[in-house]
Amino acid sequence: MADLEKIMKEENIVYKKTKVLTDNVMHYCPGCSHGVVHKLIAEVIEELGIQDKTIGISPVGCSVFAYNYIDIDWQEAAHGRAPANATATKRLMPDKFVFSYQGDGDLASIGAAETLHACNRGENITMIFINNAMYGMTGGQMAPTTLVGMKTSTTPYGRNIDLNGYPMKMTEIVASLPGTCYVTRQSVHDAASVKRCKKAIKKGFENQAKKIGTSFIEITSTCNSGWKMPPVEANKWMEKHMFAYYPQGDLKDAERDNPDDYIKYIK
Amino acid sequence: MAKIKGAVKVDIEKCKGCGLCVEACPTKTLDLSKEVNSKGYNYAYMADPDSCIGCANCALVCPDSVITVYKTKI
Repeated sequence: MADLEKIMKEENIVYKKTKVLTDNVMHYCPGCSHGVVHKLIAEVIEELGIQDKTIGISPVGCSVFAYNYIDIDWQEAAHGRAPANATATKRLMPDKFVFSYQGDGDLASIGAAETLHACNRGENITMIFINNAMYGMTGGQMAPTTLVGMKTSTTPYGRNIDLNGYPMKMTEIVASLPGTCYVTRQSVHDAASVKRCKKAIKKGFENQAKKIGTSFIEITSTCNSGWKMPPVEANKWMEKHMFAYYPQGDLKDAERDNPDDYIKYIK
Repeated sequence: MAKIKGAVKVDIEKCKGCGLCVEACPTKTLDLSKEVNSKGYNYAYMADPDSCIGCANCALVCPDSVITVYKTKI
């Protein structure tokens, strides 16, 4: 034990909780992906040094209390209306960094119109989309993104294509709009994917400073309470089933795809 | 040859015992305790402190940000 005391010193710290996160205990279920994404956003804000210049738009859903955990300015939007709220905030205060944080029931269902039009107008905001394939907070009902055959409380025999239609790929739809500059799909199920996701969120925030359009970051995540699985098993289920329908990686990157246009934009 | 030694400190009262850190640990240093915290969760602890290499994988995947990682050369 004496050894441990020698190692556990202030100067040997390689990783600790960022100061942008508050000390409040999160109300999320054990193993919820929301906690990891909150942490990544807070770390990016700290790294870019924009804590006093960032405004978050929190949605309706489990992450409605995000303002308790990330120590920045927040605004609460009505269900699905976060992109409209973010548009207004960004237009009134163009120097601030504005991001919306929404789940799939919020962004893909009731807020689908707001999302598509905000992306089509190319608002200089960052949109963070947590896709856990169901309405988590209200008890696991079917969302537009629920996989075919997936059991939820409103589709107890599994999602039926004839009755409920196909799962909606919001990220692919958004990527086809010319207003977006960076569209990507990430996940936070293991250490490598957490690092990749952090890079994507950072890029989304940096794109705001360059004023080149909307950055849309989907994070495929788990809802272990809604899926009725232990957290580790939920991550494995996600890797096996969700990744097949929602492939990971960048769908659109203005910097990579059209370097000439990109430089023109910056000038 | 200098050896890299790591250690992790878990905020026991805030840990919810989800077990994601145990899964992420490449050296099987961490495990869930048989004891519970005041909320009744089996918190994570270092079951094998000597094997820790301070890679911080556990802290990266922790949803509640309760893990602090230390690393040094001995």
